Amino acid sequence: MTTDSLKTRALPVLTVVAAIIAAWYLAAVLMNAPFQRDLDRRGDVTSTTMEFIGKTLSQPKPIVPAPHQVVVNVFENTFLRKVTSNRSLVYHSWVTLSSTLAGFGMGTVLGILIAVGIVHVKALDRSLMPWIIASQTVPILAIAPMVVVVLSAINVSGLIPKALISTYLSFFPVAVGMVKGLRSPELMHLDLMRTYSASPWQTFWKLRMPAAMPFLFTSMKVAVAASLVGAIVAELPTGAVAGIGSKLLAGSYYSQTIDMWAALIAGSVLAALLVTIVGIGSRLVDRRMGVKPA
Amino acid sequence: MSYLLRSWQGAVALLLCLLALTQLPLLGPEAPLPVGSGATSVILLLIAGGALASFLPIPSAALAAILFVAAHGAAWLLIGSVDGNEGHAGSAFFLLVAASWLLGWRCITVLADIEPNGRAAETVLRLLIPAIFGAWILILWEAGTRGAGVPFILLPPPSAIGERIGNSLPILAADVRQTIFKAVLFGYVVGCAAGFAVAILADRVTFLRRGVLPIANLMSALPIIGVAPIMVMWFGFDWQSKAAVVIVMTFFPMLVNTIAGLGAAGAMERDLMRSYASDYWQTLVKLRLPAAMPFVFNALKINSTLALIGAIVAEFFGTPIVGMGFRISTEIGRMNVDMVWAEIAVAAVIGSVFYGVVALAERATTFWHPSNRGG
Repeated sequence: MTTDSLKTRALPVLTVVAAIIAAWYLAAVLMNAPFQRDLDRRGDVTSTTMEFIGKTLSQPKPIVPAPHQVVVNVFENTFLRKVTSNRSLVYHSWVTLSSTLAGFGMGTVLGILIAVGIVHVKALDRSLMPWIIASQTVPILAIAPMVVVVLSAINVSGLIPKALISTYLSFFPVAVGMVKGLRSPELMHLDLMRTYSASPWQTFWKLRMPAAMPFLFTSMKVAVAASLVGAIVAELPTGAVAGIGSKLLAGSYYSQTIDMWAALIAGSVLAALLVTIVGIGSRLVDRRMGVKPA
Repeated sequence: MSYLLRSWQGAVALLLCLLALTQLPLLGPEAPLPVGSGATSVILLLIAGGALASFLPIPSAALAAILFVAAHGAAWLLIGSVDGNEGHAGSAFFLLVAASWLLGWRCITVLADIEPNGRAAETVLRLLIPAIFGAWILILWEAGTRGAGVPFILLPPPSAIGERIGNSLPILAADVRQTIFKAVLFGYVVGCAAGFAVAILADRVTFLRRGVLPIANLMSALPIIGVAPIMVMWFGFDWQSKAAVVIVMTFFPMLVNTIAGLGAAGAMERDLMRSYASDYWQTLVKLRLPAAMPFVFNALKINSTLALIGAIVAEFFGTPIVGMGFRISTEIGRMNVDMVWAEIAVAAVIGSVFYGVVALAERATTFWHPSNRGG
């Protein structure tokens, strides 16, 4: 059983990961070679092929940093530095994480409220739903830095502007998913509630809300990833001094490619963590509601 | 009492009118162009008339028309009265705006309760209700910003943004050409095609699918937009780097959705194809690809917004001196907020059109799917 799942699951994934890393090394050597050749010619250094490859993989500001350079950078900036240090990835991740969570929380609440309104008020259903969809065709992410600048002009700065961007991005999946979920109880079940002479309030809490739970958690996974993206992009304007986004921007200004890749890795780890946490929450709620594992 | 309950919006609107009567005049004492009592009484009469009509047992279509005229006429007059008097609106002004907004709400409620008996009527209603809603967002925005004199930098009124769009059409057109027609379209087509091709390949080779799918699922949750500065560093400042960002962003949603869609054909249909002795490619083209179309279009829709966002954000990291992202970041530096909003409005319209085209293509391609069959 275990060897079987190892063979069918882990082996293909590991193969693809190995292929990606190999391609990455190859790209690093090829992309960094011209600059290194230039350097060698100016310094009048002749080196064997192996030495040359070694040098392309250890440039301080390479075009494509080699995987081990990035790993070393991530390790140093995560574990070897004080958490409060300006160079610590933990510190920057924490700044981004706090506004992500604030925005995600507000977005989820807003999305649920909108969904409840849409399901219960017909006028809202007919008038609001098309605009909610249209609201997502606005590339709001593109003006995220502007929102931050404008809000800081009226002395609203720090966490709130970033959280607002995250809210805007995360309310949509939750609203759409919850509308679907709150409407998912079958007519039969709604009729049963009516024969019990349940009030709308009771129908909502005892039938619609539990039925919507799987939809809620599926859309929360999308929403939490979206709010992280929102927080990172909102950190791009020069006003922000901390966070993964500002680390990316600083890296791009000073050509610190290794730092940029490290920040990217930190963001990815954060995203994976957040999605996993929502997944665990979903499983806990499922167990609490007595859902049998499939 | 039951008469009052017929339309609480009307009742509250009447109350607000009475309150406004005690707070007259409309504008504060320092307003440079005071509003005459004639215009004020017309506004009050319109709102009161609409509110009273909402209690009467008249046919819904007629009632909706009356409410429509009353609410929008009053709103139009109110906004007209603040012209030249920005920032001098008194509390009566805002009370009356709120009252006419309530009438607009009542109008939507009446319209939403109409059960149309024809196809055309239904289409009109389906477009009209959201249109009124959208119009009221603009009306409240305009009345709020101009009545209260909100600083221009914070939030310009929609009329100023519209004027700005009209005045700078050539600049906007150049930006759209650079960002949309070069970067977005190229990146979108290449990214989606690549995702689709890899999905077909992964479908053919089981080993590849098992290896790629978990990684692609992980990747589509990651903040891929962060590669923008790296791409700008690799491919230079011009549109190629933006197209590269768009390709990377659109690739994974397409890959994941297409792989999911290729598994959507039922076992029964596959057995049927096998009993016809059709080979892999015939099954793919005639059964599994059509069955995958709803998933593919889902990815195309997701990607239509992602592509716009990717191209604009990538322009923040360096561009030639044209492009929507460039314009947004430089004009905000010069505090020309109306130009920024003009770009946003253009981007929103293009995004909606893009989405609409994909949705229409979906209707034409997947007309057989339950979600499109309707009734």
